[in-house]
Amino acid sequence: MMRHLISAADLTRDDAVLILDTAEEMARVADRPIKKLPTLRGRTVVNLFFEDSTRTRISFEAAEKRLSADVINFSAKGSSVSKGESLKDTAQTLEAMGVDAVVIRHGASGAPYRLATSGWIDAVVINAGDGTHQHPTQALLDAFTMRRRLVGRDAGLGQDLAGKRITIVGDVLHSRVARSNVDLLHTLGAEVTLVAPPTLVPVGVGNWPCEVSYDLDSTLPKSDAVMMLRVQRERMNAAFFPTEREYSRRYGLDGDRMAKMPEHAVVMHPGPMVRGMEITAEVADSGRCTVVEQVANGVSIRMAVLYLLLGGNESAVAHTRTEEK
Amino acid sequence: MSKILIRGARVLGGEAQDVLIDGETIAGVGTDLPAGDATVVEAEGRILLPGLVDLHTHLREPGREDSETVLTGTRAAASGGFTAVFAMANTFPVADTAGVVEQVYRLGQEHGYCDVQPIGAVTVGLEGRKLAELGAMHESAAGVTVFSDDGKCVDDAVIMRRALEYVKAFGGVVAQHAQEPRLTEGAQMNEGVVSAELGLGGWPAVAEESIIARDVLLAEHVGSRVHICHLSTAGSVEIVRWAKSRGIDVTAEVTPHHLLLTDELVRSYNPVYKVNPPLRTERDVMALREALADGTIDIVATDHAPHPHEDKDCEWAAAAMGMVGLETALSVVQHTMVDTGLLDWAGVADRMSFAPARIGRATGHGRPVSAGEPANLTLVDPAYRGAVDPAGFASRSRNTPYEGRELPGRVTHTFLRGRATLMDGKLA
Repeated sequence: MMRHLISAADLTRDDAVLILDTAEEMARVADRPIKKLPTLRGRTVVNLFFEDSTRTRISFEAAEKRLSADVINFSAKGSSVSKGESLKDTAQTLEAMGVDAVVIRHGASGAPYRLATSGWIDAVVINAGDGTHQHPTQALLDAFTMRRRLVGRDAGLGQDLAGKRITIVGDVLHSRVARSNVDLLHTLGAEVTLVAPPTLVPVGVGNWPCEVSYDLDSTLPKSDAVMMLRVQRERMNAAFFPTEREYSRRYGLDGDRMAKMPEHAVVMHPGPMVRGMEITAEVADSGRCTVVEQVANGVSIRMAVLYLLLGGNESAVAHTRTEEK
Repeated sequence: MSKILIRGARVLGGEAQDVLIDGETIAGVGTDLPAGDATVVEAEGRILLPGLVDLHTHLREPGREDSETVLTGTRAAASGGFTAVFAMANTFPVADTAGVVEQVYRLGQEHGYCDVQPIGAVTVGLEGRKLAELGAMHESAAGVTVFSDDGKCVDDAVIMRRALEYVKAFGGVVAQHAQEPRLTEGAQMNEGVVSAELGLGGWPAVAEESIIARDVLLAEHVGSRVHICHLSTAGSVEIVRWAKSRGIDVTAEVTPHHLLLTDELVRSYNPVYKVNPPLRTERDVMALREALADGTIDIVATDHAPHPHEDKDCEWAAAAMGMVGLETALSVVQHTMVDTGLLDWAGVADRMSFAPARIGRATGHGRPVSAGEPANLTLVDPAYRGAVDPAGFASRSRNTPYEGRELPGRVTHTFLRGRATLMDGKLA
């Protein structure tokens, strides 16, 4: 394993499968009455959030607490950051307090990479989303969800997503989720198609290991999973598309469109959903939609990542079994 | 008056000759000139060039003396072989009045390391709305002839047209920072393959090219000359080449960093590579070198842009744009143009001295190395090889993209009107 988790592109196939398999072990902990492992006892993890993101922060916090880490939550709002303190000084201040890992969410693309590579701090850095760059734990939890649904919980162990056809729909241009997923899904052997209006696909996408389509309807029948991305209403003010209604008509997922998907195919969404925009209530509340599972899986994946980056050489399974005795 | 004999230097890269400086003037050029009572500079194997002229320097004074002052900036210029620099107008306050340009001009004269020719702002406060008093700046002691809102584009077509027309009255030129503002909102790097991957806001080539296309057509329409700052794309080269073929009076500059570095470096997210216009692709770099060699691009200008350490020791989006360049410019040009066989030393003299002096009307600079001319001279050791060490910079700032990179060539001596501002690599 690498020392930090900055980008999904840094993961090898074996790294990724190891994380997914470890997350399955972690998921079993969640099924027990006492959802806690002693693995990170005495280790301190700070959740350094420069952007508001309650869901991701809570997911990391739950993962850290289940592994018995000491958790510090640092929100940039109301802190010295709002008074002009630099990222470097903030990070060094936290490290001086004896932090072993920094989970960072930042609005600037590359901020976690800078934190990990500039010699500012020694702690392990985990990227919890940076600008429009990467969100690797989201990609991992999505892959985990797909493997469970499309390969099987037990059958999936040790397996990747070879041959699975994944369609990602929406605001690719501004999406770190899309970038992370394209990288990881490609590494895991899946075939990815991005679907978006041309205005929301970045110039330079030609080098990405995926296909690009502007037509959702023709792509749906060839999809094993369809991931809908959130589309912010403000985008139409910058002329990315004419109106919310036109976007929904052309790129939103409703019941009729969902019917065009193969029967086994699932609908995914990283949340928060904008119902009525990219997804209708009918689809969001259907049994094919994995959005709630994704949230649960997010905790398992983050436990696995924290364990593998911080936990040392002992296997998580051994800890689990010790607990069970 | 003191005499200096430069012995055995290859003048503009030609045959070895002696050059005798007497007072402020070149007294003679020839072989076996008698030393007499002159101080002798042994220059065997070295290249003698006319003092370099930089049409695009940020000296930061007044207002940002934490990053550079006229004194530190002109010392950096002398270290890099420059005898004249044109100081950009984006200071605080903006150089948009006779008072500010005269202050900067006088500071340059007082310090004496390098002639400082202030550039005047085109519009009041660089805001692009109202013409600054261009005539007053021209008539001031600073004698401004180059006007630029550099850092910002004069994007209003009517304002640009009027500025181009107005400065004809006194032989001025508008130097355009070509950047269509709407196309570059939130821009962080070149828009392309790398920006798509890194998730950084794109600065598309078309934002530069569309303004250049408009401005050469405006210059043609009103019969004015126009200068394009830091041209950075292959497409811009094509437009300037086309404009010149039509007889439009356009000149263009390229920075050393755009001749060498590409946007691949941004993958490090290290803001030392953050600059405006941004680093482009390998294809652009090759087109720029070719255009500088064939004369489509007239000059090299540094866009020396000092920033304090804290403005670069941060995340990419928060970092300032710009690189220091005065002390590495000639080495980068030797590396990219001379050592590649694209340009000889006479070509370097043209692109870095004769042509910029002509465009900026810098009196006494960019003159031939011959008897009777002002003794503004630069002596270069082209055989030198060494890693760039910013700790040795005379500039107050260290934001160089070349730290640790081995580059050829070193300026050993700089003479400003016969006086050594740099002697054996040390500032006088």
